[in-house]
Amino acid sequence: MPATPPGAASDPLDAAIDAAIDAASAPESADGRTVLDARDVSRALTRISHEILERNKGAADLVLLGLQTRGVPLAQRIAEKIAAVEGHPVATGSLDVTMYRDDLRSHPTRGPQRTAIPASGIDGKVVVLVDDVLFSGRTVRAALDAVSDLGRPAAVRLAVLVDRGHRELPIRADHVGKNLPSARSERVGVRLAETDGVDEVRISGGGPA
Amino acid sequence: MNRHLLSVDDLTADDVAVLFETAAEMHDVQSREVKKLPALRGRTVVNLFFEDSTRTRSSFEIAGKWLSADVVNVSAKGSSASKGESLRDTVLTVCAMGVDGLVVRHGASGAAHQVSGWVDAVVVNAGDGTHEHPTQALLDAYTLQRRLGSLAGRHVVIVGDLTHSRVFRSNVKCLALLGAEVTVVAPPTLMPSGVEAWSRDAGFATSYDLDEVLPKADAVMMLRVQRERMSGGFFPSAREYTVGYGLTRERLGLLRPGAPICHPGPMNRGLEIAADAADAAQSVVLDQVSAGVALRMSVLYHLLAGEGGAA
Repeated sequence: MPATPPGAASDPLDAAIDAAIDAASAPESADGRTVLDARDVSRALTRISHEILERNKGAADLVLLGLQTRGVPLAQRIAEKIAAVEGHPVATGSLDVTMYRDDLRSHPTRGPQRTAIPASGIDGKVVVLVDDVLFSGRTVRAALDAVSDLGRPAAVRLAVLVDRGHRELPIRADHVGKNLPSARSERVGVRLAETDGVDEVRISGGGPA
Repeated sequence: MNRHLLSVDDLTADDVAVLFETAAEMHDVQSREVKKLPALRGRTVVNLFFEDSTRTRSSFEIAGKWLSADVVNVSAKGSSASKGESLRDTVLTVCAMGVDGLVVRHGASGAAHQVSGWVDAVVVNAGDGTHEHPTQALLDAYTLQRRLGSLAGRHVVIVGDLTHSRVFRSNVKCLALLGAEVTVVAPPTLMPSGVEAWSRDAGFATSYDLDEVLPKADAVMMLRVQRERMSGGFFPSAREYTVGYGLTRERLGLLRPGAPICHPGPMNRGLEIAADAADAAQSVVLDQVSAGVALRMSVLYHLLAGEGGAA
């Protein structure tokens, strides 16, 4: 099964190369293919950590805010990797954007999860939002609203493990673990050791978009 | 969760757990610089109060405003209700203005239930006669849970004017739902008739002896002596009530150290609660007030934010 049905990816060449690499490296099963295994996830996070440090010229005034749910452990891991390089801890927090979503009324009510920002706040800091998958961009839009209610950072950046495309808003990530061209009908599932017992990214479903 | 919140009976233990979790998140909003969440933007909530109330009304008002709802207060005094309009006509008139949520307080038991049958809006009971006051019970239990950890197996003593108290009625149900043991204490004249059968069904104990019960309490909830609801003489004098059932300075010594003291307010200082008790370190009266906003935010959010919310 090809990774993306014809015409679904924004760049067919990219999609074809990606599909070839994935087909060669990952086994296919009934519930989709693994596109990133534990080692790939770790490598991607290491690269993101170094990119953040390079972009920020160090870890000073850096706050990593993980978006609930799976962005939180990802932010923690990136913080650990940065701390290992820099030799001192990086401020982290968690952000729940449930209240800020623009589709609140089209779903049954969901209870908000924990929002916790470092005691020193985020005013004047460089906030890096961390999430597992970047898709429509609406979660990030909500997160930007939530952040502006919490304080006024010097800059807000975005790091994601997977960018699967299909943006509905003019939003892009600063740091991407893997660009994963996908059909809208496909499902990209991120599982992490902290929440699901295993590190992997799978793509499943598909068919005519 | 039910569409309306009219009684604690509308809630399951799971519902209460969800409401408390959300309230804990809402509590954090109170310490933020920007006390505002956009969850109820574009929704209109009317506080329809046929009885005087400052704290419940302002608590609902602040809760609604912090969730970005448009909140309108309608008080019966000086409104059409005082000109003889029926409850039904008042409610239908207000709802015809395009209201999503109605917070109703009324002196008649069952009024909120009646109102919920007339309108499309979500109805929250903010106290109906001597029947129920579910958000007060929820905020009391929430406050105690924050202090004591879990309420399962904890012994809560509720003291005072039980006959006229809707807070007591909602509280015994809510505390039972959370697994607490409850003992209610009152003078015989203020113990509701038929309480024996009810206490057997609902699983709470009754007592007329505060001094005997108080040392076993993990928390004590004092109720206001509602002089305005009393038509006859329920006790000979205020002094006599205080001696028998007031949380006096002496009785404060009978309480376990740190056992929280609750009071739904407004307090009659010197009558049911001494100033020493009201201002004691273990008094959670002001915690109840701030928890009230968080808890009501949680209730309004769950009833009004999602697709199940009002049209």
